[in-house]
Amino acid sequence: MIPELGNFALALACALAFAQAVIGIWGAHRRDVRLMAATPGLAVGQLLALAASAGALVWASVSNDFSVINVAENSAIAKPLLYKISGTWGNHEGSILLWGLILGICGGLVSVFGRNLPSALRARVLGVLGGTSAGFLLFCLTTSNPFFRDFPPPVDGRGMNPLLQDPGLAFHPPILYMGYVGFAVPFAFAVAALLEGRIDAAWGRWVRPWALVSWCFLTCGIALGSWWAYYELGWGGYWFWDPVENASLMPWLTGTALVHSSIVVEKRESLKIWTVLLAIGTFSLSLSGTFLVRSGILNSVHAFANDPARGVFILALLGLVIGGSLLLFALRAPLLRSGGIFAPVSREGALVLNNILLCSICAVVIAGTMTPPFADLLFGQKISVGAPYFNLTVLPLAIPVFIAMAVGPLLPWKRGRLWPLVEHAWWAALIAALVGGVCAFGMKLLPALAFGAAAWLIIGSFAEVFERTLLFRAPVANSVRRARGLPVAVLGAAIAHAGMGVTVAGIAGTSLDSNKIVEAKVGDSFSVGGYQWILLGLDDAPGPNYRARVASIEVLKDGRPLAMMKPERRMFTLQQQTTSDVAIRTNLFRDLYAVLGDERDGKAVLRLHVNPLAPWIWLGALIMAAGGALSLADRRLRVGAPSRAPKAALPA
Amino acid sequence: MTRKHRRLVIVLACGIGLGSASALALNAFSSSMVYFMAPSDIAARRPAVGRPIRLGGLVQAGSLHRETVDGEPTAVFKVTDGKHTIPVTYTGILPDLFREGQGVVALGALEPGNVFKASEVLAKHDETYMPKDVADALKKAGMWNPAKGPAPPSSTWATASLKQP
Repeated sequence: MIPELGNFALALACALAFAQAVIGIWGAHRRDVRLMAATPGLAVGQLLALAASAGALVWASVSNDFSVINVAENSAIAKPLLYKISGTWGNHEGSILLWGLILGICGGLVSVFGRNLPSALRARVLGVLGGTSAGFLLFCLTTSNPFFRDFPPPVDGRGMNPLLQDPGLAFHPPILYMGYVGFAVPFAFAVAALLEGRIDAAWGRWVRPWALVSWCFLTCGIALGSWWAYYELGWGGYWFWDPVENASLMPWLTGTALVHSSIVVEKRESLKIWTVLLAIGTFSLSLSGTFLVRSGILNSVHAFANDPARGVFILALLGLVIGGSLLLFALRAPLLRSGGIFAPVSREGALVLNNILLCSICAVVIAGTMTPPFADLLFGQKISVGAPYFNLTVLPLAIPVFIAMAVGPLLPWKRGRLWPLVEHAWWAALIAALVGGVCAFGMKLLPALAFGAAAWLIIGSFAEVFERTLLFRAPVANSVRRARGLPVAVLGAAIAHAGMGVTVAGIAGTSLDSNKIVEAKVGDSFSVGGYQWILLGLDDAPGPNYRARVASIEVLKDGRPLAMMKPERRMFTLQQQTTSDVAIRTNLFRDLYAVLGDERDGKAVLRLHVNPLAPWIWLGALIMAAGGALSLADRRLRVGAPSRAPKAALPA
Repeated sequence: MTRKHRRLVIVLACGIGLGSASALALNAFSSSMVYFMAPSDIAARRPAVGRPIRLGGLVQAGSLHRETVDGEPTAVFKVTDGKHTIPVTYTGILPDLFREGQGVVALGALEPGNVFKASEVLAKHDETYMPKDVADALKKAGMWNPAKGPAPPSSTWATASLKQP
C-alpha cells in the first residue's frame, strides 16, 4: 500500500510541476496577478508530494518490502539500517527520485525566501523550475520508477554493492546533488531574465547567493567523493580523472566562474549576457554530466544501467532543456544591455580573466571526457584519455589562475594599475618564492613549484584583509576596529582562496608519497617512508553481513610504537564480492595508509603508504566551502535585497 | 578606454585563453591517447614495445599465479578473448573484483618477449556486469552472442585456439 501511495505522490508531484510551469510562465506573460500568486503554493505542494514519495521509498526499504523490485534488487534483510536508508538513493531509480526531491526543495526555497522578489520574476523562475522538474519526474515515472512491484516477492533481496556500504557514501550523493541541482535556480533566474528581457543589479544580488550555496555543496560533494575513493578503493589515489569525476568537475569550474561573474553584475551591472550564459551552461553541464554517466554513455563505476529507452528519454530531455534555453538565449540576449565600462586592469578585468581561464580549463576537460564516446560512436575506435592528458592540459592553465587569484581582489573596480599590486603583495610573493626555493632542494621541480603556489595562495589571499585593516602599520587597536568593520564577504573570499592553496599543498605533498608493496608473513618487518611496519597477526573477524580477514600492523617511529593499524579484507557472502577496508592513521600532516591484499601460503600482500599532507586536499575543499558560506552571511546580501514595490508593474 | 576598445581586449583575451587551451589539448591528445586492444587485435597488429595501451578480455581460468619479481609480489595471469591470449604481469594488489573467468581491463604496455606489463588493473564491476569494451571484443571474436544469455565462463572454451601466441 505504501509504495502505491509513493507512486501516486510522485505522479501528483509531476502534475503539480507541470501546472507550476504553465501557470507560472503563462501568468507572468499575461501579467495575471492571481495566476502568478498561485505558483509558490504549487511549488510547496510539489515539494510535499515529493517528500512523501521519497519517504514511501525509504519506508519500503526499511521494512524489507521485497515485492518492490527496486528494494529487492538493492537491499537485503541483513543490511544495516543506515544503508537501508542511504541505499534508496544508491541506485538509478532512487537517485533520480532524489534529484527530483532536491529540485523540489529548491522550488520550495525560492517560494519561501522569494517573497520580496518582483512577482513576475518569481512566477517565471518558479515556472522554469517547474518545467525542469516536470521533465525529470516524467522520466522517473515512465522509465525509472522505483515503486514497480513484482509478485511473488523473493524471500531476501539481492543486497547492495558492498563498495557502496560506507558512511561516506551515504552522504556523498545528497550533498553532490544539492550542488548539481542547486544550479537549477541560477539557471531558472537566467531563463526568466531572458523571458523578461531585463537584468539589473538586483538580479545579480538574487542569483549570487544561490550560485554560492550550490557551489559550496558541489565543492563538499566532490571532496567527499574524492575522499571516498582514497579510503575505500585502496589504490592510494584520490582523483582518477574518471568520466564521472570529470562530470562533477565541469559544472564546478563553470559554477566558480558564475559565482565570480555574478559579482560583476551585482556591483557594476556589467557582464550580464555572459553571466546568463554561464548560468545556463553550468546547469546544462550538471544535467548532462549526471545523465550521461547514469545512462551508461560514459563508461564508469557509476553507470547503473544501460537501457536504450532511458538513453533516448535523457537525450530528448537534455536537448529540450539545453537546446531550448540556448535558443532563447540567442533570441533574447541582444535585449540585455550592459552598462559599466571598465579598463582591462581592474577588478572587473581580473574577474573576466578568471572566467576565461576557468572556462578554458572546463573546455579541455570536456574535450578529454567526451572524445572517447564520440570516437567510438563516429569512428568505432576504442580509445581512452587518461590522467596524462588532463595533467598536461589542466596544470598549465591552472597556474595563471593561482597567480591571479591572490592579487585579483586587491585591484579596485573600474580602473586600476599594476604597480600598487606589487606594493601590496611583494611580501607574499617573496614568501612564496622562498617556500618554492627551499622545496626545490631535495624534491622535483613540479612539487616545489606547487608548494610555492600554495604558499602564494594561502598568504597572498589575505593581502586584501591585511591591506584593509592596515595590519602592522597602524596601532593594533586601530587594526582590530578596522577588522570589525570589514565586510564578511571580503573575509569569505580570502578564506575560500586560501582553501584552494591548502588543497594545492595537499596535492603537492601527496605526490611525494613513499609506498611499497610487500609480501609478508606474520612477524615480518618493513621500512617505508621512515617508519617501521611490523605485521603482528592475520585473523578472522565476523561482521554484520560479511566475514573479514584482519591484519594487525604495528607502526614504529625510531623504535617507539606509534600506531596499531588493522586493514581488513571483507568477503560479502550474499554478493560473492570482496572489498578491502583501508586502515588510515593521520596526524593532519601525513597519512599512514595500509591495505591488505590477498593471501597465499600464509603470506599476505600488503600495500603500505606514507602520504604527506594528504588530508589537506579535503581540508582545503572544506575551507573553500566555509569561505563561500561565510560570504553568504554578508549583510550586504540581505539588506540590499530588492524591494518588490513598483518593478512588477513595469512592462517587459 | 572606449566600449569598442574594451570589447577588443576581451575578445583578444578570450582568443588567447581558448587558443592556448586548444593548443595544450591537441598537444596532449597526440601523446596520451590510449587505444583499447583485445588479444586478437594485438596478435593482428602488434603495437610498439612500451606504447601504452589498454588490454581487455577475460582472465583465463586457471592461469593466475603469483611470483616474486625484484622482491615485490607480482601477479601473473593470461587475458583471453577466446582466440588469442596475452600473458600479463602486474605488481600490486589486484582489485577486489578481479577473478578468473571474468572481464578485466589492464592499462600498460607490451614488453620485449610478448609479455604485457600492467601498471593498472581495473575490474570495477559486479559479477553480472562486463566492461563494454570487453563485451564488444568477445562478440567480435565470436565467443559470445548476447542474445543467447550471459557470457560463458572462459574455462569452458576450447583451449586449442588459446595455445597460439
